[in-house]
Amino acid sequence: MATRTLIPPEFRVLIDENACLQCRRCVGQCGWGVYSWDTTRNRPSPDHSKCGACHRCVTFCPGQAITITRNKLAFKANDNWAEQVMKAIWKQAETGGVLLTGMGNDKPYLRIFDHLLLDACQVTNPSIDPLREPMELRTYLGRKPDSVEVVAGSFESGGPFRLATELDTQLRLETPIMFAGMSYGSVSLNAHKALAMAAQELGTFMNTGEGGLHSDLEPYKDHIIVQCASGRFGVDASYLQSGAAVEIKIGQGAKPGIGGHLPGEKIDQQVSLTRMIPQGTDALSPAPHHDIYSIEDLRQLIYAIKEATGYKPVSVKIACVHNVAAIASGVVRAGADIIYLDGFRGGTGASPVIIRDHVGIPIEIAVAVVDQRLRDEGIRNRVSLIAAGGIRSAADVIKAIALGADACAIGTAALVALGCHVCQRCHTGSCSWGICTQRPDLTRRLDPEWGASQLTNLVKAWTHEMAEVLGALGVNAIESLRGNRERLRGLDLDENLLGILGVKPAGVA
Amino acid sequence: MSRAALPFHPRAAYREESLSRILGNCGLMGICHQSGKRVSGELILRGMASMHDRGNGLGGGFAGYGIYPELPQFYCFHLLFNDSLAKKDTECYLRKNFRVVMDEPIPTKPVKGIENEPILWRYFLDPAPERLAETQLSEEDYVVHAVMDINAYIDGAFVASSGKNMGAFKGVGFPEEVGEFYRLDEYKGWTWIGHGRFPTNTPGWWGGAHPFVLLDCSVVHNGEISSYGINRRYLEMFGYRCTLQTDTEVVAYLFDLLLRRHKLPIELACKVLAAPFWKDIDLMSEDERSLLAALRMVYGSAMLNGPFAVVLGTRDGMVALNDRIKLRPLVAARKGDAIYVASEESAIREICAKPDESWMPAAGEPVIALVSDKGREKAIARAHQTAGQRRVAQSAALGRPS
Repeated sequence: MATRTLIPPEFRVLIDENACLQCRRCVGQCGWGVYSWDTTRNRPSPDHSKCGACHRCVTFCPGQAITITRNKLAFKANDNWAEQVMKAIWKQAETGGVLLTGMGNDKPYLRIFDHLLLDACQVTNPSIDPLREPMELRTYLGRKPDSVEVVAGSFESGGPFRLATELDTQLRLETPIMFAGMSYGSVSLNAHKALAMAAQELGTFMNTGEGGLHSDLEPYKDHIIVQCASGRFGVDASYLQSGAAVEIKIGQGAKPGIGGHLPGEKIDQQVSLTRMIPQGTDALSPAPHHDIYSIEDLRQLIYAIKEATGYKPVSVKIACVHNVAAIASGVVRAGADIIYLDGFRGGTGASPVIIRDHVGIPIEIAVAVVDQRLRDEGIRNRVSLIAAGGIRSAADVIKAIALGADACAIGTAALVALGCHVCQRCHTGSCSWGICTQRPDLTRRLDPEWGASQLTNLVKAWTHEMAEVLGALGVNAIESLRGNRERLRGLDLDENLLGILGVKPAGVA
Repeated sequence: MSRAALPFHPRAAYREESLSRILGNCGLMGICHQSGKRVSGELILRGMASMHDRGNGLGGGFAGYGIYPELPQFYCFHLLFNDSLAKKDTECYLRKNFRVVMDEPIPTKPVKGIENEPILWRYFLDPAPERLAETQLSEEDYVVHAVMDINAYIDGAFVASSGKNMGAFKGVGFPEEVGEFYRLDEYKGWTWIGHGRFPTNTPGWWGGAHPFVLLDCSVVHNGEISSYGINRRYLEMFGYRCTLQTDTEVVAYLFDLLLRRHKLPIELACKVLAAPFWKDIDLMSEDERSLLAALRMVYGSAMLNGPFAVVLGTRDGMVALNDRIKLRPLVAARKGDAIYVASEESAIREICAKPDESWMPAAGEPVIALVSDKGREKAIARAHQTAGQRRVAQSAALGRPS
């Protein structure tokens, strides 16, 4: 008994022996070591306990012989002491440790996006056909003045008026979707390359996360936001200057209030070079920035970075916590040009389960309250808002924008486009899809060109869908929907929540 | 039954915060004599009558500029009152915050089709100097605040217009009926705008008829502002309170913000409201591109999206503007110093049979007619010479106490 675990396997790997071609590909494809080769039977032999249902083997089995099913063990019915609860206890009883996981919150909290419905035109107002008429999704992120001053122009200047106000540098996005910060180290270099190539192709931005910028990504730097997080991995003057903008990461939706931990096994020579830390050492980012203990400290860092970069836009990424509106207001006044709001469903490479599943608030609420607070204070123009943390579709993007976001960032959705099946084992470093690993045998599976085309297709498809929605709404520019909660209605949401969201219930004109 | 007992709109339904927006598909018209020549309101009344079928009798209205040459230096508030209590409350407010130079009923005559009219009164006002100094606001902002206060807080009172040497005349009925009711033929102005409503989802009410006016900015509008939600939230950031539950209101406030407070030239204000497409901006010369790109970036939330044709009246003249893909009709014509715009060319031909030219303004291309300062001064001087025929002038001459 002492050597056996109490935890039964979560899945069962079923192999159709008639369809199996005995090619052994499953053995090679599985990064988790599920399969061994039974030489006597000349068949693959699965260890069910190692399977996490990532479907790498299923996808690559030439005989389509493999099926993964849930291990349907019957437990005595009990709403309180459910299977997952007991499994967590057994795991901790056996290890004495904090439960770790990858990806975002998977608990069945209310998904507000799924309770918001969009409007459309009928009769009094023609809808617009996006295939025939221009449909504008271009978005500029950055600080904007409240008004514009003009002076008399001249014949040479091409018009009777000339701009007298100097605008701060803006980030130009051809579509209001960007890629969320995911560090090199947590994801593979090939994943980073795919994101960078796609960002350039799409006219949007990828974000380095806190792992520094590998030299291979230099050609794409105009489409890269470089992050400066509490560990300061890979941060030096040239790094800050090489991006289109700099993001100060204060927090992350999946794990508000805590730092990061990249295990030494993932720190190979290239990661070590990029992060500027010794090979094989754990990369621990502290919970707070140790030079930011208050809002005035943040202001100093924002302006230090602006000075160092010739006043490139500075974004501040915060996790959505209870007081997010007041925090955001402070961040604007501290000088941030962009605020990146990361909701509690945001993904992660590694997080304690207790933090991921129980800390923070949904992005829908955070966007609504931050946008309203900044309007109440008359400072909404001074900052752009990026909404992230659980954005799954073009519908989520457009609803977030209608609630008040300028743009959305996608992390998990981008990884899913690269083959990720959200098996939540990013922290183990054995990702069979070559995304969230540094093992050379696995990372080489992800072809950056293919990855870039997957990502480009996804964002283009979402962009087309958003154009369809705008057309149905009878507007031809995204700024006419931004913050236009009049075009949203809530279904099955209580009055309090509707009030917080600033959305009317369905049925009210 | 006394007039005071007749509600001019069922308040419970309309005063409820923003729940009902009044959509409109309508007919509109504008006349502007750029020389400052003043013409009778009867002209625009006839033009509007020819577009009878574009409205459904649930709202019509007009605004005239240069109509009070005897008292051009005072703000003229046209008030609609539900009952005498609302009138009393409003007068109490006005006397506290303004010097009331003169007040009188707005002259009307009985017309078939016009019923349940509210109490209609006009006040010629000067901000009370000590109150103005207390608030530290500009004179115009002070007046805007007063208009917003009355509309938002005094139950059953509604400021139909609040500019100098101008006034709005609106109500429930077909425009030609409303114009006759208000005896428009007895006024002369250098700019006139008119409107007939076809409200689609709510019955008309007097305050909801066009034009919508703030200070000297008056707006008539045909269409629907699909971006209303964000336009409204944007305006609220600058202290405007949208209380009228109609999308046209935001057009008036946006013009006020852009022209008066942000001091944008009218051409550029139009480029904010009906912004050029990025694909066109990208092809412009560098200076023009940076200007128009900046306007779009900074004023994205002010862009009016959805089908519209609007005519704006200001102290400087008249501007007509279509949405960026021209989803509502708008025709323009010129004859001598007069510029005409209308939903239908027939309306223009009705009052100007042979214009020198007529054209169909392109999407987002404003028609701008400006009255010269000199022309206006001359017109006012001429009016003073022939004073005595108008009731306002008579009352002023009698030196009625305020």
